[in-house]
Amino acid sequence: MKTPTSGYQRPASLTDAAMHYCAGCGHSSVHKLLAEVLDELEIRERTVGVAPVGCAVFAYFYFKCDISEAAHGRAAAVATGIKRALPDRIVFSYQGDGDLAAIGLTETVHAANRGEPITVIFINNTVYGMTGGQMAPTTLAGQITATSPTGRNPATMGCPIRMCELLNTLEQPYYIERVALDGHGGMVATKKALLTAFQTQVSGKGYSFVEVLSPCPTHFRCSPQDSLKFVGQKMAAQFPVRIFRKEGVPVHA
Amino acid sequence: MKKPEAAFFSRVLMMGNEAAAEGAIRAGCQCYFGYPITPQNELTAYMAKHMPERGRVFIQAESEVAAISMVFGASVAGARAMTSSSSPGISLKQEGISYMAGCQLPAVIINVQRGGPGLGSIDPSQGDYFQATKGGGHGDYHIIVLAPASAQEMHDMTMQAFILADQYRIPVMILADGRVGQMMEPVRLYEDSPPPAPPKPWALTGAKGRPPQYIRSLFMEERALEKHNYELQACYRQITATEIKAEETETGDCEWLIAAWGTCARISKGVVQKARAQGIKAGLVRPITLWPFPHERLARLARRSQVKALLVVEMNCGQMLEDVRLAVNGAAPVRFSGYPGGRVPTETDVLNALIELTKTNHHGKVEQPAV
Repeated sequence: MKTPTSGYQRPASLTDAAMHYCAGCGHSSVHKLLAEVLDELEIRERTVGVAPVGCAVFAYFYFKCDISEAAHGRAAAVATGIKRALPDRIVFSYQGDGDLAAIGLTETVHAANRGEPITVIFINNTVYGMTGGQMAPTTLAGQITATSPTGRNPATMGCPIRMCELLNTLEQPYYIERVALDGHGGMVATKKALLTAFQTQVSGKGYSFVEVLSPCPTHFRCSPQDSLKFVGQKMAAQFPVRIFRKEGVPVHA
Repeated sequence: MKKPEAAFFSRVLMMGNEAAAEGAIRAGCQCYFGYPITPQNELTAYMAKHMPERGRVFIQAESEVAAISMVFGASVAGARAMTSSSSPGISLKQEGISYMAGCQLPAVIINVQRGGPGLGSIDPSQGDYFQATKGGGHGDYHIIVLAPASAQEMHDMTMQAFILADQYRIPVMILADGRVGQMMEPVRLYEDSPPPAPPKPWALTGAKGRPPQYIRSLFMEERALEKHNYELQACYRQITATEIKAEETETGDCEWLIAAWGTCARISKGVVQKARAQGIKAGLVRPITLWPFPHERLARLARRSQVKALLVVEMNCGQMLEDVRLAVNGAAPVRFSGYPGGRVPTETDVLNALIELTKTNHHGKVEQPAV
């Protein structure tokens, strides 16, 4: 493993492209952390990523590794196909909440249930960002979105789905963790979780899943600073931030 | 179509579904992803047994949507990949087929057709002709469609499908039906090494020693999608120029030309002999590639002065019929004999339709009936 160099610099696994993300969006931060992990594990040249449909649809412009598109929600199945065809490559999918927990819930659950030795990175920001801030499966009760204009009503719209908890009922996953990108501490924790997830795959241990509670100031309709508070307080209250599965064994709260 | 350098030796009794599976294995299919549906289950079961034995990939996916997405992934990685299903399942796979067409990814999809619409029946049908040949999913695209009529052709065409898919970077569909899939016949198995795959420099295998690359069907840049679609069309023109395949039976002097594909073509072959025994000069043209369609061949045959009328025979309400009419373009009357209820017509059914056609002919012209 490569020792991180001191001082702030662009990770070698990131391209020079200007990202299209909104100011204060969590995606650009997670991209940077993910690129640092690819650098530190020295796996960039044997990594194949799968980009989602959603805000991160252009991820292939930002990473200096091979990346494929996938139809909306199908990233885990596409990653499965790549990994089975090339078992010695590092394969990850990078997906948002609509992609992973709504339209792609089936593919997500079954890839985890088979214990596919891939790494799934789940960006949960409670909204469909790319399409204009609609209600997502992880939208909080009462939260106002474009398609829940008076707030999400659990009686008719359901409650936010907790993906880590859901996947933790399965036997095959090796590593499951939820982190919150709510400030500096969250950045450090997210980096550590991503590193553990990729180490899991590099060492051939099995399926790894990292859920990142992530700010979307545009659709939270607040400042970037306040969006970090929303993540750290409101979201973290609904989605407990912790390790759920470590070395294949469920971790109890 | 390029033939693999074939050396056929062993002759075995096999179901069409199994013959297709064995054809895929012998073509070097590295990854198969399936989901149960009748009447193609023997194909998935055959792959479940024989792919892992050879150290190749078999997954029973959680849905047809997932299966085609896994095919997408394996193809992205450069592997020869296949899935199979039957009509309702093929509808679900259209998402992935459209994405693969957009991403220019090779793959083989076998559709052992059953009755429709909806859940329809589990009986043989040719009801998916439109879906297979006119795009099927969203967007401006085509896939190559091959129509087998025997277990042997299930074997041979599945092999051909992998070659064509790799050559043109395009999904190729085997459009079979429950009859061809379920029928047991002697099959000569291809016994040479798999036809070599061309280099796939576009595949995503990790950016070792080269710049990173990506595979996408999303083109948001100014006019980029327009350019991309013209590239796809150029590929389709090339396929149309070189890969059209059709078979003719007794067309030299024929006055009554039957046009049929797959199972109906095989039945119609017998009908031609029976009709000629009765003094009816019948012939058969059988499109083998349904896309690209042999429009010119049909037009040429229909324009012959002795041809009095065409009879299109299909197990549907008239789908290839539309392509035949387009091709013939009024040069000769075109009538239709259809069997849309999952029933496979007998030779007698088709012969009677042909005799009826000869009777209704007056002054060398046949009135165009409603379908």
